Amino acid sequence: MEFYRAHVLVCGGTGCTSSNSEKIRQEFIAQLNKNKLDKEVQIVVTGCFGLCAQGPIVIVYPEGAMYTMVRLEDVQEIVEEHLIKGRLVKRLMAGDKDHEDPSKSLENVDFFKRQVRIALRNCGVINPENIDEYIAYDGYKALAKALTEMKPEDVIAEIKKSGLRGRGGAGFPTGLKWELTSKAKGSQKYIACNADEGDPGAFMDRSILEGDPHSVIEAMIIAGYAVGADQGYIYVRAEYPIAVNRLEIAIAQAKEYGLLGKNIFGTDFSFELELRLGAGAFVCGEETALITSIEGHRGEPKPKPPFPAVSGIWQKPTLLNNVETYANIPVILNKGADWFTTIGTEKSKGTKVFAVGGKINNTGLVEIPIGTSLREVIYDIGGGIPNGKKFKAAQTGGPSGGCIPASHIDTPIDFETLRELGSMMGSGGLIVMDEDNCMVDIAKFFLEFTVDESCGKCPPCRIGTKRMLEILERITGGKGEMEDIEKLEILSKNIISSALCGLGQSAPQPVLSTLRYFRDEYIAHVKDKKCPAGVCKSMMSYVIAADHCKSCGICARNCPVNAISGDKKVPYVIDQEKCIKCGVCMTKCPFKAIFKNA
Amino acid sequence: MSSNNCCCGIVDEKARKLQEIIENHKGQKGALIPVLHEAQDVYGYLPMSVQKTISEGLDVPLSEVYGVVTFYTQFSLKPKGRFKINTCMGTACYVKGSNLILEKLQEKLGIHVGDCTEDGKFSLEACRCIGACGLAPVIMINDDVYGRLTPDDIEKVLEKYKDL
Repeated sequence: MEFYRAHVLVCGGTGCTSSNSEKIRQEFIAQLNKNKLDKEVQIVVTGCFGLCAQGPIVIVYPEGAMYTMVRLEDVQEIVEEHLIKGRLVKRLMAGDKDHEDPSKSLENVDFFKRQVRIALRNCGVINPENIDEYIAYDGYKALAKALTEMKPEDVIAEIKKSGLRGRGGAGFPTGLKWELTSKAKGSQKYIACNADEGDPGAFMDRSILEGDPHSVIEAMIIAGYAVGADQGYIYVRAEYPIAVNRLEIAIAQAKEYGLLGKNIFGTDFSFELELRLGAGAFVCGEETALITSIEGHRGEPKPKPPFPAVSGIWQKPTLLNNVETYANIPVILNKGADWFTTIGTEKSKGTKVFAVGGKINNTGLVEIPIGTSLREVIYDIGGGIPNGKKFKAAQTGGPSGGCIPASHIDTPIDFETLRELGSMMGSGGLIVMDEDNCMVDIAKFFLEFTVDESCGKCPPCRIGTKRMLEILERITGGKGEMEDIEKLEILSKNIISSALCGLGQSAPQPVLSTLRYFRDEYIAHVKDKKCPAGVCKSMMSYVIAADHCKSCGICARNCPVNAISGDKKVPYVIDQEKCIKCGVCMTKCPFKAIFKNA
Repeated sequence: MSSNNCCCGIVDEKARKLQEIIENHKGQKGALIPVLHEAQDVYGYLPMSVQKTISEGLDVPLSEVYGVVTFYTQFSLKPKGRFKINTCMGTACYVKGSNLILEKLQEKLGIHVGDCTEDGKFSLEACRCIGACGLAPVIMINDDVYGRLTPDDIEKVLEKYKDL
């Protein structure tokens, strides 16, 4: 094995790859070669470090200096200053720049300080394309322990004792699911992993697969041993090419090491794993639809019962868990259920990964103990709302969830409290909205999504959500009536009680939730024909304040539809008939003379 | 004749690859979706003739093949442009104004979502979250991601593809 005096970790998660980290890696290689350092310093591409907003991220070890927003032209400086002269490039460093020990400098950064990384333990730490690095971080140790020291029922007992609940959204006790599948009758059983992360705004499963694919593979083999299955399927979105690629590499490496295949660790236990690519259907995140899709059909859900634990893939008992749930398993077996139960709340143990996005400074991925308050996530970890705007609401659970308004910002986040508030944990998307977001418009956005993604099998979802969307379009279009609000509520109740699957049953939640906390906004749209946030175009106009206008004509020249006219020394005016409300004039006006009139 | 040869050569090559894909998956349980994925990689889309060949090759009714193709948004019945523009309409991008980005793209390209420009250069799609929420709002052109966009940036982005 070769030894290096320093390691440069370059984030290869989707966020950083999108902001050019691959070119930065190549530049490092070029610069190291130029300085003949390629035998002394190793470049490692890792998974997501979490702080996507500050990407691309580069960490240099042994010092542990974290450089953020690294540009191509910065690479030379890092190589020459840090790697050759041993001086940190402070201007690029995150955290406490003057801390004596750079690796400790991050400990005082709130974004990292409050996190507990279990599912994300290896993300941003190891090279996901190298099984040896995973093994060096206790990888496959839990599998060895399970196969050689524990009986299948011991494994299940340990998971039950840990109190782990499904991280896909509903929070079903994982150990119980394992037990049900293990007790189901049948000689052939399957293990499946739900990596069809369809919730827009959630990318934690993707980051785990990209940053630590072996943790999921190891957990699935353990699950196979615990319930008595010899075949597993990972159903992953085709839209995640990096994740698919790293999974393929990881499976091949595990096979090569004898960790997949026949007689694993010299025992009688054998297990095979296959990838199945999704093809862009949100409903396939629903378990029965996912199973139908693995079988090669249209991903339409089926009535439950029978549950997959009894009759799943090809009518055989199937254990289906989500990516993040699996990523917790090896740690629980290594450190013990007793350790795991010290984290979290009474009813919900452990941590939850959230993809924090929207109007927040530190967009990215955070893993927090369940029960952390929303305020801590938004202000302490997330760094607050940009541009001094006011926090309005956070949306969790995507199209199946709801929003948590500012008045409930101190609520501890767990499965039960979120449900009481009319939202849900969901897979972990957490979208922050400020005063410039219109809640009726947001509800409409989610309904558009469900109408689009409804599979069409059952009428309450297919027709009901469409009718709801039409009403919302009427309201945001300035043509709503007070009885429309009532109709929305009646329709919602009917859809919830009669739709076939989780997608339909939860589709009205964004509407009900915004009605619960922001009813006055709906009423303003309907009664006063006003959008308080100034988002709904039919209800707002741009006007030029005559006393501020210097008649420069910049607005008129930039207007794409020639709706602005005026002359020298005469204030310009906007023809409201012609105006398409694009807002270009307002952004171009050098004198801030143009206002949005909501 | 010689010019035809060239073209037929390509057609045959694709047909041969398709047969190979079908052979590889024959007899495998639930093979239809993996075969469709690979066939689309070869042809760029899934025209009726390809669906017929798959239906016969895997012994799956054509109605079922068509049903699956039209169910999943990844599968396309129409050819795509050389540069596929995907506008992310995930929640994080939406609250940061991705609808304005999409409007600008439609205006600049003169096409609607789902269509392709007449010269076959650009096609425009709206997609559900590409997972780069930290850079919202984002668009993807083929495999390249452009993030932290404003509507004014669109012209500059498209300019890069002018001579390609």
